[in-house]
Amino acid sequence: MVNLEALHDVPVVGSVPTDGAFSLLWLVIALPALGAAILLLGGRRTDKWGHLLGTAMAVGSFVISLILFFTLLGKDADDRQVTQHLWNWFTAGSYSVNFDLLYDQLSAVFLLLITGVGSLIHVYSIGYMEHDERRRRFFGYLNLFVASMLVLVLAADYVGVFLGWEGVGLASYLLIGFWQQKPSAAAAAKKAFVINRVGDIGLSLGTALIFITFGSTSFAVVSAASSHASDGALTGIGLLLLLAACGKSAQFPLQTWLLDAMEGPTPVSALIHAATMVTAGVYLIVRSNFIFSLTEDARTAVIVIGTITLLMGAIIGCAKDDIKKALAGSTMSQIGYMVLAAGLGPAGYAFAIFHLLTHGFFKANMFLGAGSVMHGMNDDVNMRHYGALQKAMPITFATFATGYLAILGIPPFAGFWSKDKIIETAFADNTLVGLCALIGAGVTAFYMTRLMLMTFVGTKRWEKDVHPHESPKVMTYPLIALAALSALGGLLTLGGWIGDWLEPVTGHAEHHELPFGMAPIVMSLIILLVVAAGVAVAWQLVGQREVPREAPEKVSIFTRAARADLYGDAFNDEVIIKPGAAGIRGLTVFDRVVVDGAAEGTATAFASMSARFRLLQNGFVRSYALALLAGAALVIFALLAVNFG
Amino acid sequence: MNDFPWLSVMLFLPIVGALVLVALPARVGSALPKQLALGTSLVTLVVGIVMAIRYDSDSSAQFQFTEQAEWIKSFGAHYALGVDGVGLTLVILTAILAPVVILASWNDGDNGRWSAKAFFAWMLALEGLAIGVFAATDVFLFYVFFEATLIPVYFLIGGYGGANRARAAVKFLLYSLAGGLIMLASVIGLYVESAKSDGGATYLVTELAKLDFGTDVGRWLFLGFFVAFAIKAPMFPVHTWLPDTTENATPGTSVLLVSVLDKIGTFGMLRFCLELFPEASRWATPAIVVFAVISIIYGAFMAIGSDNIPRLIAYTSVSHFGFIVLGIFVMNSQGLSGANLYMFNHGLSTAALFLVTGFLISRRGSALVSDYGGVEKVAPVLAGIFLVAGLSSLSLPGLSPFISEFLVIVGTFSYSHVAGAFAVTGIVLAAIYILFLYQRTMTGPTRDEVKDMKDLGTREIAALAPVLLLIVILGFFPKPLLSVINPAVDHTMERVQKHDPAPDVDPSSLQEGAHE
Repeated sequence: MVNLEALHDVPVVGSVPTDGAFSLLWLVIALPALGAAILLLGGRRTDKWGHLLGTAMAVGSFVISLILFFTLLGKDADDRQVTQHLWNWFTAGSYSVNFDLLYDQLSAVFLLLITGVGSLIHVYSIGYMEHDERRRRFFGYLNLFVASMLVLVLAADYVGVFLGWEGVGLASYLLIGFWQQKPSAAAAAKKAFVINRVGDIGLSLGTALIFITFGSTSFAVVSAASSHASDGALTGIGLLLLLAACGKSAQFPLQTWLLDAMEGPTPVSALIHAATMVTAGVYLIVRSNFIFSLTEDARTAVIVIGTITLLMGAIIGCAKDDIKKALAGSTMSQIGYMVLAAGLGPAGYAFAIFHLLTHGFFKANMFLGAGSVMHGMNDDVNMRHYGALQKAMPITFATFATGYLAILGIPPFAGFWSKDKIIETAFADNTLVGLCALIGAGVTAFYMTRLMLMTFVGTKRWEKDVHPHESPKVMTYPLIALAALSALGGLLTLGGWIGDWLEPVTGHAEHHELPFGMAPIVMSLIILLVVAAGVAVAWQLVGQREVPREAPEKVSIFTRAARADLYGDAFNDEVIIKPGAAGIRGLTVFDRVVVDGAAEGTATAFASMSARFRLLQNGFVRSYALALLAGAALVIFALLAVNFG
Repeated sequence: MNDFPWLSVMLFLPIVGALVLVALPARVGSALPKQLALGTSLVTLVVGIVMAIRYDSDSSAQFQFTEQAEWIKSFGAHYALGVDGVGLTLVILTAILAPVVILASWNDGDNGRWSAKAFFAWMLALEGLAIGVFAATDVFLFYVFFEATLIPVYFLIGGYGGANRARAAVKFLLYSLAGGLIMLASVIGLYVESAKSDGGATYLVTELAKLDFGTDVGRWLFLGFFVAFAIKAPMFPVHTWLPDTTENATPGTSVLLVSVLDKIGTFGMLRFCLELFPEASRWATPAIVVFAVISIIYGAFMAIGSDNIPRLIAYTSVSHFGFIVLGIFVMNSQGLSGANLYMFNHGLSTAALFLVTGFLISRRGSALVSDYGGVEKVAPVLAGIFLVAGLSSLSLPGLSPFISEFLVIVGTFSYSHVAGAFAVTGIVLAAIYILFLYQRTMTGPTRDEVKDMKDLGTREIAALAPVLLLIVILGFFPKPLLSVINPAVDHTMERVQKHDPAPDVDPSSLQEGAHE
């Protein structure tokens, strides 16, 4: 039985108007939006300096975010929520939606992540996309993405979130399909958008249900009223928002688009499909803590989805030879951890965000590292063609290794602090969930070690004309910056800072007891042991053997299932796409034969009309004019008849 | 200037322009008539903008810019014009799209059965008559305009369309005449009923709204109007004339037909069905909601299965009109505001889609999706505009159709969770039919047949740019439209005696609670 008193105590979103430095808030969005407009509408005239403008806009946005952050830091803890009213978006009856921006502790850390990592990736892309003739357009799309993502985390109303939500979806669509001459890229882009739209059903109806329940969709009103809503409404809203999160964050059962999304240029995978956009679902749940904290049923669903996905992603990551797809499986899995943490309620919200930040650092780091490897390997993504790249690409190797240690959770790297907390809290909530999270950590250690060994260690398995080389400075400097963040990200939790910082937004976390009265240090040791086991297995299976250049055919059904992404696509094909296509073909015939046939049949049933039909069809247009005239006469006659009748 | 006949001027300017065009001797060639047509439509637009600025959204009068003169006394018919917020937005939509269509169709009248001069004369005539339909506040006058619009459309399809234009024109005409005949019965019935009343026979909407027709008579009269409007809109299962028509019409004709004339259907439902027969409208709501939801899903499925671009767009409109009808008949503020806004926004997005695909089709000479591939590479501007038009059709937030579709979904979900849950699948299906179309035509390797395709020219961009600009601006700032639409919605809600349901958690009680 939950403590009802405690549950009614959800944090209320304040609405203090902006002043001083905070009045710059809108500019954070406006800069990249302007960049996107100039680059996309300016056409070829902007080709020469487009990438520089795009990068400048992202950096400008980052500088303002820093100013805002320190201004917020200077305020009292209770005062750290400001709202900037821009304009009334639309009003219908009693329903009014404003273009308001909410800047609080939660959006503040997101602003830094999005514009900070975003800026680094802009810089990196200058080098990565140097030889692409459409580089200017690429930067336009990147700016569009940054602007949309900022709208998503700054909006003070669910409809505003929706605007950003679909904006990042559009940017993701454009960037996955950036090389759209490739049919696979175009198909992957469409798939991502369509599956996300399935999730959007959740956001549409969830927002509708919020309006019906509270008469408003602004965070301020909803958070103030949520403890008065019925359990049914809260659970309904929670489940619908969870559906939305599943789409955007590639959680089961809407996960299949993320692996295909790797068709996009690698900086896109790093920024959108690792560090920021795919974590929007976690943001949505944590932002809606005033809903989720009050509905245990919805939270349980969140935990289940997160746990399933963290295991699925990890298993898929084990079987991939494509370096980007292995990392994508890993992303799925890590977001599963975040979703799981968010489902734990006030005890887990801060850890979800903390892991989201550290993951943003180390996964962006590793994706850009993978891009750097591909850059040196003629864009080959198959790890079976890599090996011994450690010497050829020392900086890429060193930075990648930092990310590797971070994701494994080796102290003192960032992931240790964030992932341990999640596993601990999961154990405190439910032993089974905790065990799954623990196993996930072991599997993570396995697939990441496998990836490291196949790429950087062992024997050269390169294609003949490949001459691996280190990437230019414009690419390695962002790598070094992200590696530093991966190493030092744990500082955020120094003295429990991140938890305290977010507490006014996410609510007070009750102290949890670990099972068997374990001390946290014991828990950490157990996790490290499991991780070490995962590393050891990978060392035995990959490090100690020759890696074949061709993927072996004779493998266990488990490997086969993992290679096939655990049959997510196969299921969709058989259950949705094929029957759907057949249904549409049937419907087309039905429309022509039955619906249209009935109408035309009725027409021809009138014998006289039938004759007329043929006559008219021969093109005697004058007879139409006559027909119309006759019709008009009929009207007059009919009225006269009634009038005088 | 209060007595200035704004609506008459807007109505007759294009018609006079059409007559002038017809009177021009053949030897002047086709350039002058085109310029005259564009000029006339632009002057009409300017008049419309001035009128819209003078519209008072705080006024308590139902109609503004009213004109009234007795026409046929024995029937009680008047030449009566006037607009509320809904009529105003549709008149303005017509005035905006006419010059756009004329500019976009610059060369489309050159190879028809008749001269280009006649093509543009019919277009202008159609603009004038359409404005008349939206401005008429007398049922008889409305009916006359309603039927009269068929004439120019018929000639535009039959004279200038594609291979099967003759058959398409006939099909269009027969469907419309059938609807018109059914409506005629109700129009006559109205006369009979109003003649019985104390005030004597009248066709004025404001007078008719005061009458109580009784349950049975009211329902029969309602049905007559509704069926005609459902054919016009068009709704499932009386929609099949639309794809056949757009397949064979020029893109400009399709725009005027789908973006403007089909709105007569949904406009008529609001103006006549809900306004004159509130009881019957409430009575019919459950059935109409079902048909509207079927239209949304059915239209979308058919669009996904279409290999012919203009047919595909026609089916997307069947789906969109489902949303509009749904918004009207759930009878709450969100649904009605959304539906009214949808009429305008759909006009813009569908115009953009028909015109940009029209440019595409005219370059390649085929309307089949499967004949294209990789066009983006050779015509990036065309592809970009195509994508934006498509995104507005799938109601991407930030573009104007989003707000209207979202409001309809909110209103529908408020009316019935089940209806809302079915309707919302439209957003997924829309993503499929638009992006599948874009994928098959614009992406992939460039096919040999389109390798030499030219990108859009200045005239084509000039025609589309204002439409796209409006779509974006109204996506972020729809207030100019909503401020005139919302008072009309309040009026409709009053007419049908409906109140918005209160939220489950009443905010006013919360504030008291906070102080306890």
